[in-house]
Amino acid sequence: MDFAHSFLQVIIAMDMTVRLSVVLIFACLAGLYSERAGIFDIGLEGKLLISAFFSAAISYETGNVWIGVLAGVGASMVFSLIHGIASITYRGNQLISGVALNFLASGLTIVIGHAWFKKGGQSPALPQSSRFHEITLPFADAMRDIPMIGPLYADVISGHKPLVYVAFLLVPFTWWLLFRTRFGLRLRAVGENPASVDTAGVSVIRYRYAAVMIAGVLCGLGGAYLATSQASAFGREMSALRGFIALAALIFAKWRPWHALMACLLFGFLEAISNLYPNINVFGIFEIPVQFTQALPYILTVVILAGFVGKAVAPRAGGEPYVKER
Amino acid sequence: MDKMPRWADVVLIPLISLCLALFASGLVVLAIGEDPVKAITVMIKGALGSTSGIGYTLYYATNYMFTGLAVAVAFHARMFNIGGEGQAAISGVGVAVVLLAFDWPHWTIALPFAILGGGLFGAVWAAIPAYLQARRDSHIVITTIMFNYIAAAVMGFLLNGIMKNPNTQNAETVNFPDGAHLPTIHEMLAPLGIEFSKSAPANVSLLLALLCAFLVWFLLWRTRLGYAIRAFGHSPTAASYAGISAFKITMIAMIISGALAGMLSINVVMGEQERLIKEFVEGAGFVGIAVALMGRNHPIGIILAALLFGMLAQGGFELLWEMPGISKEVVLVIQGMIILFTGALDYMVRKPIEKMFIRAREGQS
Repeated sequence: MDFAHSFLQVIIAMDMTVRLSVVLIFACLAGLYSERAGIFDIGLEGKLLISAFFSAAISYETGNVWIGVLAGVGASMVFSLIHGIASITYRGNQLISGVALNFLASGLTIVIGHAWFKKGGQSPALPQSSRFHEITLPFADAMRDIPMIGPLYADVISGHKPLVYVAFLLVPFTWWLLFRTRFGLRLRAVGENPASVDTAGVSVIRYRYAAVMIAGVLCGLGGAYLATSQASAFGREMSALRGFIALAALIFAKWRPWHALMACLLFGFLEAISNLYPNINVFGIFEIPVQFTQALPYILTVVILAGFVGKAVAPRAGGEPYVKER
Repeated sequence: MDKMPRWADVVLIPLISLCLALFASGLVVLAIGEDPVKAITVMIKGALGSTSGIGYTLYYATNYMFTGLAVAVAFHARMFNIGGEGQAAISGVGVAVVLLAFDWPHWTIALPFAILGGGLFGAVWAAIPAYLQARRDSHIVITTIMFNYIAAAVMGFLLNGIMKNPNTQNAETVNFPDGAHLPTIHEMLAPLGIEFSKSAPANVSLLLALLCAFLVWFLLWRTRLGYAIRAFGHSPTAASYAGISAFKITMIAMIISGALAGMLSINVVMGEQERLIKEFVEGAGFVGIAVALMGRNHPIGIILAALLFGMLAQGGFELLWEMPGISKEVVLVIQGMIILFTGALDYMVRKPIEKMFIRAREGQS
């Protein structure tokens, strides 16, 4: 294998890593807001799925992908609202509420899809106008011929669909919002010590709802990316555990935005590897079975959770409903 | 003083939650332009209208009793085992290994060994996430869900490789020996002169499920270990001051939970399929969550909830024929609604009823 060939392989893998990380980044940041405010959210998966469905369905019907994205975000926010009502207003178990939403998303997408498109729960393939298209950043073509940097810029950084850039820009924005604004300080305080925030005259309930709804918007964008950018139609269970992998990434990142980006890129890379090399041959002696490479992202999620996280200190008030003292 | 009588807590609130869940599901059916009243009638008729329907309902209910008990035991130790799906799948491998190892002479001899094999495999699959939770603090909800998918990969690997029946294209094992055949309800009732559908898959595993329910009740409320599990679930810190080891309880509760989930393959793999196929669990592991919540984590509640979900499952298949506009995944919607209303929105239902009882009592005194 010569150098040029392996360099090309690396570029392809990096490009794919970026594409596959996007959903994880959206979902992971969604979890970040929610859990920083003290609300666990295992319903990320369901929100990705319901948004994927409605964004595909509505952009297919309207022929406008942005309206589709709005529909997806809206559906995801409805789910967030249910999660908020259950876990904030009625102080229900947050894990159970999340599981319920995942069930509902699995069921609703297929039941509604089956009745709507009569294709066994799939959506029709989206026409060109109902999908996102690649953006070529300035000078991408001009720079392509520069060795090393050229292809890196032209293929890995440039040439992605709009939501990819939204996802990556959201990371610094989230850092700024959470760690450099009053809103962020209060939001984090609500997740660590709600009673003190309450004493200061800030509504715990309102901040928790805000966090949960932000999570809804982000999951909505993630799901819309899945159906209109990464794929070009809705398919059954197309979220494929990404909501849970994002949660693992969030724990791995210890609830910090920049670390979350790195963790999501790592998981995206694992998925890219298992897509690119389904049959890995070890020294020509034996072939690693395809089932193993498919399960690799899941196995490594467990390994990373178990082995490398160390002591992950979650927001202290996470998972507990806040009851105002009387 | 209790805020309301016990019957209201155990019967009234679950019933109201159930009605709300069915009502919300009905709205979904209405929204896709179908008739919810007709749908529920078709489902009930499909589930209870014939001995064949009843046989299928009981067959699914058996599965849900096992997985519901599995979730409940973990719940009592304050753990959320979402891995019943994978534990049941892997236990199928255990059952198949045992049943294919010998030419079993009679089911009464084969059954105890199959239970051991299935239980052991299911327990091991639950023990790994339990160990990671207890020792490495890995979130058990995430690890068990990953283990479901890893289990599916393991099944695919085994059934396309060393366990595959060479004479077919499908990913499945050869048939188990005839001696491993479990009597169906038809075969059990025939000597008594009672007619029961021959085609229905319900079998003697139903009795095993009821026995498991009794054993779980006995374990949790009549033994020292059960007390320790419940104490730990109630307050891990208090339990640790009382000398109860968190590691031990986490491991034991998950091992019991995994073994119970594993009993599903006695019903499905040994009782119905009589060979190991790839996707035999069919979501029953997840249904166990709804069953345990609906049944308030108590064996009697779980038996009743399992029967209800058995009816839903069988009724859902009937919908396929009678109302092709409704996909059978409507059952998932109903399950989701039931988990939402009985689990997460419990307080919403409970609070007004508590108020009602308190007001009624004040009125009396």
